[in-house]
Amino acid sequence: MPKTIDRDEVRRLLEDGAQLVDVLPREEYEEEHIAGAINVPLKELDAETTASLRKDAPVIVYCYDLQ
Amino acid sequence: MSPRAAWRLESLGFAEVYDYGPSRADWMAWGLPREGSSANTPTIGEVARRDVATCALTDTVGDARDRARAAGSDVCAVVTCGRVVLGLLRGKQLESDPEAMVEQVMRPGPTTYHLDSRAREAAERMGDRGVSALLVTSPDGVLVGVLHREDAERAADGVAEP
Repeated sequence: MPKTIDRDEVRRLLEDGAQLVDVLPREEYEEEHIAGAINVPLKELDAETTASLRKDAPVIVYCYDLQ
Repeated sequence: MSPRAAWRLESLGFAEVYDYGPSRADWMAWGLPREGSSANTPTIGEVARRDVATCALTDTVGDARDRARAAGSDVCAVVTCGRVVLGLLRGKQLESDPEAMVEQVMRPGPTTYHLDSRAREAAERMGDRGVSALLVTSPDGVLVGVLHREDAERAADGVAEP
């Protein structure tokens, strides 16, 4: 079950090598995103678009706002 | 959106999935590293002053005025014990009866800006409305500081003509 985490936990996990995925539409990602994040828009999230991600390492997803 | 993405990733076989619930707005609000075509545009979080004077509903106006002066400001934010903004005292309210309770004279529900808002947009809106200072909050409504118009204008000018 995915766990909701806060900013401090994100930073800690990134330091430990977690993968960061921005699921916003591509245009929004290109305008601004968290440093180091890759973009896989929610509507495109499938086995093919996530093939470059490691399944044995933590993955953090985020969008824009509290929702 | 991100909870759905997190569940989808788990369904695709990812063993350890986390949802950064507060999301991008929270990250940007705290001035953490960002990338992209707008990444160099100053946000309010970068120019807001953190030393804002605060008071409680039950404090006296005199106490609030003293705190505002000590902070070198002409505003005092009325907050809960958790620093959620309830109201605002500006010059006129701060100069009212010093024995009155803050709750009696405050301006309730003041306009606030989030830390991730653009400094340029804030400067323009403050200029349009003739406002010299606005309270700044985190995405969850907690007081973080105060934005002075001159600071917002200075930041906006800094990126106007590269």
